[in-house]
Amino acid sequence: MKKLNDVLLDHEPGSEIMMGNWALVRAMIEADVRVVTSYPGSPTPEIGAAILGLPSEKRPMYFEWSVNEKVATEVAFGASLNGHLSCAFFKSVGLNVAADSFVQLGHMELVGGLVIVLGDDPGANSSQNEQDNRHFARLSYTPVLEPASPTEVMHMFKQACGLSRDMRMPVILRLTTHVCHHKELVHYGSWSPPERDDTPRFDKKAGPYIPVAATVFPLKQRALKKLEQVRAWADDKAPVQSSPGSGGTLRDDLKKKGSQDWVDKPSQPEAVFETPLNRVVDNGNCERGVITMGLPYLSLIDVLADAEEKPDILKLGMVHPLPRETVVRFLEHHSEVKILEELDDFLEQQIKALAYDRGLKTRIIGKETLEEWMGEYTPDKVAEVLRACWGDLLPVSGEIPQVEEHLTARGPRPPQLCPGCGHRTVFHAVRGWLKENDIAVADIGCHTLGFLPPYEVGDALLCMGHSNGTAAGLGLFNNTRRVIAFIGDSTFFHAGLPGIVNAVFNKHNHTLIVMENGTTAMTGHQDHAAGGTNTRGPTVEIPVQQVLEGLGVTQVTRVSAYQEDKLRAALDESFSTPGFSVIIASHPCMLKKTRERRRQGKKPLVPVQVNESCERHYICLSEFACPSYQIADDGGVWVQEDLCIGDRSCMQTCPVNAITPRPKETNPKETDND
Amino acid sequence: MTDKFDVYMIGVGGQGIGLLSEALARAVWASGQDVRGVDTHGLAQRGGTVVSQLRVGADAHTPLIRAHSAELVIAMERNEALRGVLSHAKPGGTLLWYDAVWQPLGVRIRSEVPLKRESIAQACEQLGVTERRVFVEELMDARMQNTAILATIAHGGLMPNVSRENLRDALSDLLGGATLANNLSLFDGLSGPGD
Ligand SMILES: Cc1ncc(C[n+]2csc(CCOP(=O)(O)OP(=O)(O)O)c2C)c(N)n1
Repeated sequence: MKKLNDVLLDHEPGSEIMMGNWALVRAMIEADVRVVTSYPGSPTPEIGAAILGLPSEKRPMYFEWSVNEKVATEVAFGASLNGHLSCAFFKSVGLNVAADSFVQLGHMELVGGLVIVLGDDPGANSSQNEQDNRHFARLSYTPVLEPASPTEVMHMFKQACGLSRDMRMPVILRLTTHVCHHKELVHYGSWSPPERDDTPRFDKKAGPYIPVAATVFPLKQRALKKLEQVRAWADDKAPVQSSPGSGGTLRDDLKKKGSQDWVDKPSQPEAVFETPLNRVVDNGNCERGVITMGLPYLSLIDVLADAEEKPDILKLGMVHPLPRETVVRFLEHHSEVKILEELDDFLEQQIKALAYDRGLKTRIIGKETLEEWMGEYTPDKVAEVLRACWGDLLPVSGEIPQVEEHLTARGPRPPQLCPGCGHRTVFHAVRGWLKENDIAVADIGCHTLGFLPPYEVGDALLCMGHSNGTAAGLGLFNNTRRVIAFIGDSTFFHAGLPGIVNAVFNKHNHTLIVMENGTTAMTGHQDHAAGGTNTRGPTVEIPVQQVLEGLGVTQVTRVSAYQEDKLRAALDESFSTPGFSVIIASHPCMLKKTRERRRQGKKPLVPVQVNESCERHYICLSEFACPSYQIADDGGVWVQEDLCIGDRSCMQTCPVNAITPRPKETNPKETDND
Repeated sequence: MTDKFDVYMIGVGGQGIGLLSEALARAVWASGQDVRGVDTHGLAQRGGTVVSQLRVGADAHTPLIRAHSAELVIAMERNEALRGVLSHAKPGGTLLWYDAVWQPLGVRIRSEVPLKRESIAQACEQLGVTERRVFVEELMDARMQNTAILATIAHGGLMPNVSRENLRDALSDLLGGATLANNLSLFDGLSGPGD
């Protein structure tokens, strides 16, 4: 098997097992995307990691981690105005942050093209909600292509680029978690670095680009017209009128594919009818059909494997705008059609309205229970949905033997703070300091985990950067309950600053703890503005403390996150006078540091041990709760050395000083100094 | 008959289960069979339950394995072995598990009793699943537990049509230097002569 870099930069066509996120990077390179921007968020960070894995002198595109998704979108927009094909990618909720700029894009002539890659997260595998971003597409008149597999990611990204450049409009490629991370054999095309002319081509005559009051209407009208052209293209009815001066990729595409007519071919397992984006799987079933898309389509194919009767399937690749004629033809050929749609009833509503307008008699079955609005459409979920709709379709599944009760009752194992994490010491210290009625406002990052037992520090959470605004509100008319807020250092720059400025400006009354670990830890250690490096090398450092002082925060205390006494003293001090104050609790991310250490070939640090003076207070185990501590059958405490990184942050928590570094002699491969 | 063989891997974030699934995927691929899969990414890797799914055969389309339908469940930790066998093992399938213990919070805060090794065997028996436990004394590095599992697969021929050489080559593909040498000697020691 080849190395990922060799695959991504291969000049020859080839095939390789790739996850969706990597196939996307290969597609970016084949499509010659010039500018890529992002702010990290699951399920998309591996896109950035793959790009950054390419040696910088060989990277065919400019790539940056922007400070947030809105800025990422704006940078990509600006580059597109100069004629560069651009791409911004981020997670589902990233679009909320980008929204103010994003919703304008459709009004603009995006000369270079701009594809927004969204990592939606049905099932909320790693997000604070499972929002359905197709609504945003509708709101902003933006087409959406939705691939089901890494292979389709590859093709549809390139189609999205062609569409965007030809139509000079934004196009969304909507991925979901298990499309991003699905690994399969992907066939890729050839690539040779083209001759480039990077002249900045911005021409305001291609606009106008200033929407104000009445000038908005021609822009809106143009956006709506473009959307109808795209609909027609997706229906394979009429070729799209390309904008003057564009490369004509769409027309070429249509010529290549030929315009096939809709035919009811005799039963075949494979697709018999393919427009550039949508396909019908004809199982010769005049009664039952299913309209679906994306991952649910693959789940459907898996589930139908054992079914004697298989419904026909219309799989939409373009989910916005709805290819109406394609859908109508499918409806006309079936008596009952189930809309198998993950998350909201986005297509269902449109398809039902369409059927009404056309006077169709087909029975359209949409979502029948609230459960069908929720969760990822895995094969198990799809089987459940189909059974509720057509009870006779799927074979009855075999009996699963039961096990005795005592073998089943194990709780889930949620993620937890890593051994040596500075966040843990902060939460342990804060837990001891908080009074019953105090309110702790959490924010998003690894430190969100502080809300879980045993710390239970964190009472309310909306989204990245909300903590200062929310804490300010909790502080109004409130002289009795202390309010503290948390924020990570990447989030500080991402969306935290306005809340902090507001706290200073409006003289709010709470204390903020900045959990400074020098990185964007939760999403895989991307650089942020205080770190001094960016995707291309060293850059200006923007220290959190200086920013706070510059913003006029008068009380800023910096404490090592490993020093519980000092943290508690700083908290006492902060609440001794009214007003807004900040404590910076600082310690580098130990997961990152331990990995770097290992990579540099340095010896691991000596782990700690629990010695004979242990009186079984169990603070290390149950309150500090570093996962390295384990309980023995006889009630003693021992240290799991596969986990302990020798950070010693636990030693201060033992009331009888029973935690000590294990004598080094027992393992010459370790060291006790850093 | 549908042509598929599902391997459901489960462990705790930090155990390096990604390496295991990558090595298996490469070995299956080298054996000439269709393969697809998916790993857990993101926050769960921080000490939570992590899952990797690998699907072999032309009739697997999603990377997601259905409940109670994996021919092979591989677990890297005792508590997760129970979780995995209960949710995904197919009756008649196999549980291959490495007996490492990373106590979950419930045990550490003493609201749950520690899980006994025998409980895994009991669960397997009641589910009609074959149990294979792996444990190696004095491993140099916890991440070599993955190699012990790969060697057991090779030794027992637990993956249809995947040879010892396929697995050994995959390991060589992924590791380098002294790490590779250490892992290969463990692999060779446990997997026995080629079949
Ligand atoms: C709008 C938005 N973008 C991205 C994410 C994904 N995400 C979750 S936490 C986080 C940042 C974590 O970094 P930091 O604030 O430094 O906290 P740490 O994890 O390092 O403790 C990101 C990018 C998100 N949840 N919401």
